[in-house]
Amino acid sequence: MAVVFDRPKALLDIPTHYCPGCTHGVIHRLVAEVIDELEVLDKTIGVAPVGCSVLAYDYFACDMFEAAHGRAPAVATGIKRSNPDKVVFTYQGDGDLAAIGTAEIVHAATRGELITSIFVNNCIYGMTGGQMAPTTLPGQITETTPYGRDVKIAGYPIQVSEMISTLIGAVYVERVSVDTVPHVIKAKAAIKRAFQYQLEGKGFSMVEVLSICPTNWGLSPDESFIWLRENMIPFYTLGVKKDSTQEVK
Amino acid sequence: MPKVSFREDRCKGCGNCITVCPVKIISFSEGLSVKGYHPATITKEKMSKCIGCASCARMCPDVVIKVEK
Amino acid sequence: MGEKVLMKGNEAIAEAAIRANCQCFFGYPITPQTEVAAYMSRKMPKIGRVFLQAESEIAAINMVYGAAGSGVRSMTSSSSPGISLKAEGISYIVGAELPCLIVNIVRGGPGLGGIQPAQSDYFQATKGGTHGDHNMPVYVPASIQEMVDLVQEAFDVADLYRTPCMIMGDGMLGQMMEPVEFKEVTKRKLPEKDWAANGLQGRKKHNVINSLYLKAEDLENHNLKLQEKYKLIKANETRYELFNCEEQCDLIMVAYGTTARICKNTIKLAEKEGLKLGLIRPITVWPYPVEAFEKTINKTKHGYLSVEMSCGQMVEDVKLSVNGRAPVNFFGRVGGVVPNPQEILMNVKELVGGVK
Repeated sequence: MAVVFDRPKALLDIPTHYCPGCTHGVIHRLVAEVIDELEVLDKTIGVAPVGCSVLAYDYFACDMFEAAHGRAPAVATGIKRSNPDKVVFTYQGDGDLAAIGTAEIVHAATRGELITSIFVNNCIYGMTGGQMAPTTLPGQITETTPYGRDVKIAGYPIQVSEMISTLIGAVYVERVSVDTVPHVIKAKAAIKRAFQYQLEGKGFSMVEVLSICPTNWGLSPDESFIWLRENMIPFYTLGVKKDSTQEVK
Repeated sequence: MPKVSFREDRCKGCGNCITVCPVKIISFSEGLSVKGYHPATITKEKMSKCIGCASCARMCPDVVIKVEK
Repeated sequence: MGEKVLMKGNEAIAEAAIRANCQCFFGYPITPQTEVAAYMSRKMPKIGRVFLQAESEIAAINMVYGAAGSGVRSMTSSSSPGISLKAEGISYIVGAELPCLIVNIVRGGPGLGGIQPAQSDYFQATKGGTHGDHNMPVYVPASIQEMVDLVQEAFDVADLYRTPCMIMGDGMLGQMMEPVEFKEVTKRKLPEKDWAANGLQGRKKHNVINSLYLKAEDLENHNLKLQEKYKLIKANETRYELFNCEEQCDLIMVAYGTTARICKNTIKLAEKEGLKLGLIRPITVWPYPVEAFEKTINKTKHGYLSVEMSCGQMVEDVKLSVNGRAPVNFFGRVGGVVPNPQEILMNVKELVGGVK
């Protein structure tokens, strides 16, 4: 009998603090599997955000940084520019990347930084107890939108992948989901492609991963996957939003 | 015959594996883990129906599941 | 070696940093220090090093965090409002114990303030700069030559103790030109950066650059470790100059940077009028040269006069050092106004009760 599925080496054998059913665990594992398959564990450096995944630096086996809220792309820029032979990734949530960190992600992308950003979008602020995120949907109830997000007061959510795709320096942007097994397989393929493009020196790559937050959505994991499918996917459409890697010399 | 093993001390009883198993052989244990969860499990009888697709392992957020074929 | 070059202060800092083997410069334009970035933008690419104009001072300090955390010698420079933006990043750098150089060419404040020289960031640099219990060595050169000499020192002290270091100049020092000699400096023996997160490369255990300690006891231990470090730095890295204090003085002035030079002229003017004045010139304002006051407490008839381009910030450290044993007074000009020796002397005369 051969082992067909087991823990990747790039993910340390440590119990995580994530809520039951939280897909951070799946996404961490996909990134770790990709690091294993590309055989780059020895030269990978990751940058963890502030948010639920703040402790990601404890879970990955590669060297890790903890960055200030939103600053991961700037930290990653400092790492990659001073160590161009290393593989550098950021792992950020919707508050980290799309609220406080909008300047940093936009400028890392437009500079074409040779880093890979994994953007976990679950339409809510998890760690601080379920407040509105820049990606919270209109009408969605959160702790700071108790009557549902009112677009007249709080505006509309940001479609980050589409926004980043407008930047020439961003050569590969794809939005994926982890709500079903086929989607998980596609998500891993996208993450692998993003890392591969970094290795090939093509430019900045980002994978937006639609994710669930059962605890703050007030739903079971099962119900959360359904909510994601019915509410998030119609607005945050899946697929490759940009691939200009063929044009890169 | 494919074999699936669960690390009961790591399972948080989220049920994601149960949702996606195509042959519906995974269930929550009767007993509680040390953390107070009902860990996912496959009974000996049901294990023979496993097709080794690893859907459960792919959906598990806690790397609880090892699949052998 | 031995050759003197006429250089603008800001450019001299950049050149000194390059010679001190700074590998990365991340910065942002802000008057009156933009020439540091501009000089770096010309030179660094030519020698295969990193220059990047960041999108903001916030991004720049975080880039320094990244490069420094991966074991690479790096720096940033800015001026007052930009240093405020860096506050969060500096706290993270302190907490993660990363070495780096931060240059502040101080301008008038508060807020957008002015672009003329000031010394009103003293509190920010030495005390209230950012959150958490923290300190960092702050060097305050009084000439471009001294600024150049201190750059190598600051980088080495940063590496030796795993701490950010600041060189705090003012708009005058940044913009003026003076002859500078880039001497061969004795470099200190520095430890290996085996803590750096620069890729496992065969290492079994991963390195993590972090300042988060969720368990209270862990965070307390971390803070105690930092405090031990600061004790060591205080014992070994305090720098100051005593000028004209060997014999009894009518009054001793305390001043740093550009103001210290003006005070030295005040001393010359005072001599002509029969007044003997001395000067304590801190070269580090953190650690503060308390020893200088121990050495001079019995040598001053009318105590100390803190002379600053501010509303009175360093004067508090003077009072702490003197601890009630002698009178402490303050004279300052603010907003970018630079005091002249005559007005300082007038103030001194009021304090000592006229000419003898």
